[in-house]
Parts: sequence; C-alpha cells; structure tokens
Amino acid sequence: MRYSALAIMRQVLNGHRGWTPAWRDPEPQSSYDFIVIGGGGHGLATAYYLAKEHNAARVAVLEKGWIGGGNVGRNTTIIRANYLLEGNQPFYELSLKLWENLEQDLNYNAMVSQRGILNLCHTDAQRDAYRRRGNAMMFTGSGAELLDTDGVRAMYPFLNFDDARFPIKGGLLHRRGGTARHDGVAWGYARAADQRGVDIIQNCEVTGFRIENGKLLGVETTRGYIGAKKVGVAVAGSSGRVMAQAGMRLPIESHVLQAFVTEGLKPVLDGVITYGAGHFYVSQSDKGGLVFGGDIDGYNTYAQRGNLPVVEDVAEGGMSLMPMIGRARLLRMWGGVMDMSMDGSPFIDHTEIDGLYFNGGWCYGGFKATPASGFCFAHLMATDRPHEVATAYRLDRFKTGRMIDEKGVGAQPNLH
Amino acid sequence: MIINHPLLGPRDASEFTYLGDASLINRPDWQSDSAAAEFHDYLYLRDNPAGTHRELWFHEQGDRSWLVVTRNTLTHEILATELARDVARKTGRGK
Repeated sequence: MRYSALAIMRQVLNGHRGWTPAWRDPEPQSSYDFIVIGGGGHGLATAYYLAKEHNAARVAVLEKGWIGGGNVGRNTTIIRANYLLEGNQPFYELSLKLWENLEQDLNYNAMVSQRGILNLCHTDAQRDAYRRRGNAMMFTGSGAELLDTDGVRAMYPFLNFDDARFPIKGGLLHRRGGTARHDGVAWGYARAADQRGVDIIQNCEVTGFRIENGKLLGVETTRGYIGAKKVGVAVAGSSGRVMAQAGMRLPIESHVLQAFVTEGLKPVLDGVITYGAGHFYVSQSDKGGLVFGGDIDGYNTYAQRGNLPVVEDVAEGGMSLMPMIGRARLLRMWGGVMDMSMDGSPFIDHTEIDGLYFNGGWCYGGFKATPASGFCFAHLMATDRPHEVATAYRLDRFKTGRMIDEKGVGAQPNLH
Repeated sequence: MIINHPLLGPRDASEFTYLGDASLINRPDWQSDSAAAEFHDYLYLRDNPAGTHRELWFHEQGDRSWLVVTRNTLTHEILATELARDVARKTGRGK
C-alpha cells in the first residue's frame, strides 16, 4: 500500500480497518544471493539500496531481535555533514543529500527536519578551527556560516554568553543539518526494502559462519543454516562479537554512550546546539522533550546502560551552557553500545574472507550516516568496488598508515 | 562503579582513567623480525569480549598505581583487582 493523503482519506471513510502490516514476516529461505546481518538503520538501508540501485534479487536481512531495536532506536536523532577531512566530508555530504530526498524515496514520513546545527566556539583558536572546518564543508557544498557573538545571541538569547571560563565567542552554523525521527528511518527503510522483495527475518540470530578454504558459504542461525553468495555484517555495537565468530579481531572497542530526555516543554529550541567547551549537545524533539548527551563512559561495555559520573558531567555541561535547563525534569536516560574505532572513523570494506563484508566502527556518529552507509555498503557488496566517497574506510588503514585522524585521538578509542 | 584497590581499599571509578585490554602489558619485542606486524596487532586490534574482560585502570586521582581490573562488560560487576606490577612480575617480567 502506498501512503498518501488519499489513502488516509479512504481509511477514514472505512474506519481505519484497511491498514495492512508495513512489511511481511517471511520464513527464511534455504539460500540467498545477499544476506545482511543486522536489522538496524544501516542493515535495512543496505538491503534497500541493494534491491533498488543494484536490482539484487534474493536479499535477506537477519535480525536477532526486532528491527530498529538496537542503536538506531537509542540515539539522539541528529543528522549533519560538518566534517573536515577529504576521506570523511564527501561521504557525509552524500548522506545529507540522501536524507533530503529520503521521505519521497521511501514513501514514508521519517520527520526529516533541517532545523540547523550550531557549533559554539569559546576561544579565538576554536573560531579559527571552525573557519577552516566551514571552508572544508563549503568545498563539498554542505554550506556553513560563521557567526559572531551577536549572531548567536540573535538566535539563542537564553544561552550563558558571559560564562567566566567559556564565554561564547561565536559559532559555526550548518543550516542543512537537523534531526530525523530515528524509528521512522528504520521502519521506512524496512517497508521500502520489503516492497522490493527483501526478506526481513526477525528473531533470527547468527550463531556462526560456514567458511571453507577462505570462502564464505553461509551463516548458521537460530532458525537453521542459510546459504549465501555474499554476506554483509552491519551490527555496529556488536561488531566485535559477530566478527569473532568468523575468527576476526577488529580495531574496535565497544563503549557505552548515554543520552537523556526531559519532560515535554513548550518550544524553546528550534535547532541543534553543541557546546564546544564542555561536550554537550541538545535539541528539542517534536513532542517537546529536550534531547541531549555528552561523552562516552570511557570503558569497554555491552551493558546498554551507563554509570552516574557521566550523568553528572552531562548535567554540568547543560547547566553551564543553558542555565534554564536546570528547571526541567529529566524523564529518561539510556545507553547505546558504540563501536569505538581506533581513529574515530568507520569501516566499509570487504574482509580477508571471500564473500564476507564488514560495515561498522561508527563510533557515536552512526545515525547521520545511515543512508550513505547503506548506499556505499550496497555498492561494495554488489560491485566489489568501494563507492568513490567511501574509499578511505578500509580495515587495513592502520597497517598502511592511512588513518582518518579527524579528531587527532590516536590509537585509544576511549580518548574521544 | 567501585574499584576495590588492593592497597587503598574501595575507591570510586571516577578517580581512575581507563586504558583498555590488560594484554597491553605484553608489549612486543621491537627487535623481532616481525615487529611491525606485531605492533600493529598490539596497538590496534582488540578481542572486545562481551563478558569477563581484564583491563588496565590508572589511579590518576590517587596513588598513581596501575591496576588490572577483571570486570564483566555485560553487568559492570568487578570480579578482581590486582596491581599491574604484580601481574607483570607473574609473567616473568623482571623490573
């Protein structure tokens, strides 16, 4: 069923009795041409673009729980393309272009809202760094504006401009950035992929890989063996666990990142603000809750919940930037498991095992990458060549000295 | 999380900084023929288990000792703490 105003009118007239499930619930077949492991944003997007861009038939997505129940359901919904380096920025610009056309493409309301992202700066050096970053963004057409203090004050007068330690000196405004409805993204991709014949198989955990003479034959699952010509792993958060089943060690540690939401408030914040001095970022959801977060907890974990020191740190950051936030009650906090890679950048690459492909290491930037990640991973799996904007995301880049040192953090992911 | 320091007793985890897998104690021999490959694996590759994990914590806000903490990464439960010095000596490291 195609969603439209007319379809809604028809349903209104017959009492909403005609709506059908948005995707099928098929039994797994004995083999597929392409299997994508992981029914999150990236996995579903990969399957969709395999079917749409490469006319792939016989595609399946295997998800151990329910689709959209992992990191895509646990993030802070921000989309943006404000990176710096050549290996990164064109990729995120492609992602932003796909976001801008996503809803028409999927026929699904993902609530993409280009409400603008403002990165605040607090020192002259930081302003210089933002000027450079803004220029890099303009090279790829992402757009950037450098605001002075008065420019920021005109947008957000309630910020703490005269903080003794971190006075606000200006900001880098990325107008095309914004937010999207995270669950809607997963559901929209699932529905659109299903309509193109992709089997979305839930409650199907991959328990092992069948590999002979360095070639992948298929996957062992809790619902039996499934053969496949090509298998792509897109399970960020669980990459270490899944790839260990294929005997691979990755340049990745799993860390937890917490996020927070307050009670619903009247509209106070129409864009997204990031605090350049205290690692804090905040936006307001369409329901009115302020959604915000800060640093990772800083040690390996799969617990999907954090500890209190980071809660305190985030609350302090929020209070020092937006003193009025102290009057809001915190409704919920949650943790997502991040694939923290050793240089802060992701991987979209084939592995040493013939027929096995890997997508992961998104650190805490996976959500904004969803469309381009799926697009480029599908391109790689279908053609065995990396997409031109994802050529730097190689697994062996530490061996060859081609790290993407966007943040200059070196070999320890816990330093982010 | 409370880390039970072998010398100082229970301490809040926020007094510590985290380095990573305790296997980082076992630095490869820089004079070996395959040193480049060994250092690549040592620096960048990780086992990343879900469950029991031995890891290095530095008591930066305290006595500045290094600890090997055995912790469950699924539950945050801390199962054992040892001085990293003792762990290294047990493996035959001299000083």
